[in-house]
Amino acid sequence: MENLEELYNAILEGRMDAAQNITENALQKDINPQLLIDDHMIPAMDEAGRRFEAGEYFIPEMMLAARAMKAALNLIRPVLLREGAQYVGTVVIGTVKGDLHDIGKNLVAAMLEGSGFEVKDLGVDVAPEKFVDTVKETGAGIIAMSALLTTTMPSMKLTVDVLKQDGLRDKVKVMVGGAPLSPRYAEEFGADGYSENAAAAVNLARKLVTA
Amino acid sequence: MHPLLEQLINELPVLLDGAWGTELQAHGLQSGECPDEWNLSHPDQVEAVARRYLNAGSRIILTNTFGANPIRLGEFGLADKALEINHQGVLISKAAAADNALVFASIGPTGKLLMMGNVNEADLADAYSKQAETMVEAGADAIVVETMSDLTEATIAVTSAHATGLPVVACMVYDSGKDKDRTMMGVSPEQATDELRNAGADIVGANCGLGIENYIPVSNRLHKASGNPVWIKPNAGMPEIVDGQVIYGTTPELFSSHLPDLVKAGAGFIGGCCGTSPEFIKAMKKKLTETK
Repeated sequence: MENLEELYNAILEGRMDAAQNITENALQKDINPQLLIDDHMIPAMDEAGRRFEAGEYFIPEMMLAARAMKAALNLIRPVLLREGAQYVGTVVIGTVKGDLHDIGKNLVAAMLEGSGFEVKDLGVDVAPEKFVDTVKETGAGIIAMSALLTTTMPSMKLTVDVLKQDGLRDKVKVMVGGAPLSPRYAEEFGADGYSENAAAAVNLARKLVTA
Repeated sequence: MHPLLEQLINELPVLLDGAWGTELQAHGLQSGECPDEWNLSHPDQVEAVARRYLNAGSRIILTNTFGANPIRLGEFGLADKALEINHQGVLISKAAAADNALVFASIGPTGKLLMMGNVNEADLADAYSKQAETMVEAGADAIVVETMSDLTEATIAVTSAHATGLPVVACMVYDSGKDKDRTMMGVSPEQATDELRNAGADIVGANCGLGIENYIPVSNRLHKASGNPVWIKPNAGMPEIVDGQVIYGTTPELFSSHLPDLVKAGAGFIGGCCGTSPEFIKAMKKKLTETK
């Protein structure tokens, strides 16, 4: 029996090769892949997120953990799909129009992927129509928008407006984040949620898909 | 220590400038537009910002070149204009400063993360060297590497700046960790001081961040670690949205009320970052005169 506790440690400590090796061995031994995710991988990311919020982990540690998680998940995903498992949900993510910052957005995308979401990353400088068109194409249940500039934040509201125009507002949850934002601002323009960091974003997305 | 900075150290504290981006926005720079490109398309407005800071009492002004490294300009399709934008940026500030103030040319981060593989060290070195060399040619008095979070990127920028022979100031943003004394990448003031000085920085410092109060202990540590006066340019607090408008909570008076403590903590070169304006520099000048 593989020591699965080591999978937790490998992800928490961002050791990608170890995470992959343990996962491969476990899959060969026919250990339930969903159990790997639920009992070891997601708890590891939760702990990484807790450490980040407590100021013990910084962006490099979070990114390494997310990378290790993603690598292990890439091994598990084909097995799960063969068994008919589904994504937790689909998220269309991007940095809003006029804004080119992508560090925070990339971190959130990696964390969401690591937590079992299907992620459509539209990159930076994404127009409101582009977010909404991608929702139409993919049937995604969540739009996640990032802005690092006070001057580009208003584009978030425009996306909500386009959703309303197209009659999609009640079908899609809108979550937002970025340094200049506040929960109050998010509420003011009609977002469904705001998160302060990547770990909180995953929790928020989980809440929104079940809401 | 570079002779120019040695001379300035005899005249401490030296008043710097405040934010440029928010000032340019007040004069028509649109959301999503490249501020640095205004050096070519709107040189008069850029020079007006410089003049307002000089009139307010700045003895060192920076340049509108914070985002003018070729990698960042590439995001706007302007990579091929990098040399021209940096050159003009220095000339504009020099024209405004004349013989009354010094011009320290600003170098900011590329916005790419080395550890994500979005950029490599050789590309960074190439981009920063081109920017720094252009600044020397245009007559900058020194180079300020600022708003850095990643120590490797900051070190590459400082090495490139130092290679030009100009004095170099190197600042990072301390806003993370439980005591808000680390960069978002986890770098402490002591680690930064050590590496940045090894790379050739004459003066180390901190800019942007969470506001002026948080930078008092940070200044103290940078001062202890470096043994030199510290360069500090804090934000005017954190931005808030009130009735759809962006408001920075700290007033010029509140901001400058912390100046005596900041000076005691070893800050010798003091100005402001996001949300500060010429009014802040005026208030700081008044406060410094009162407390001298």
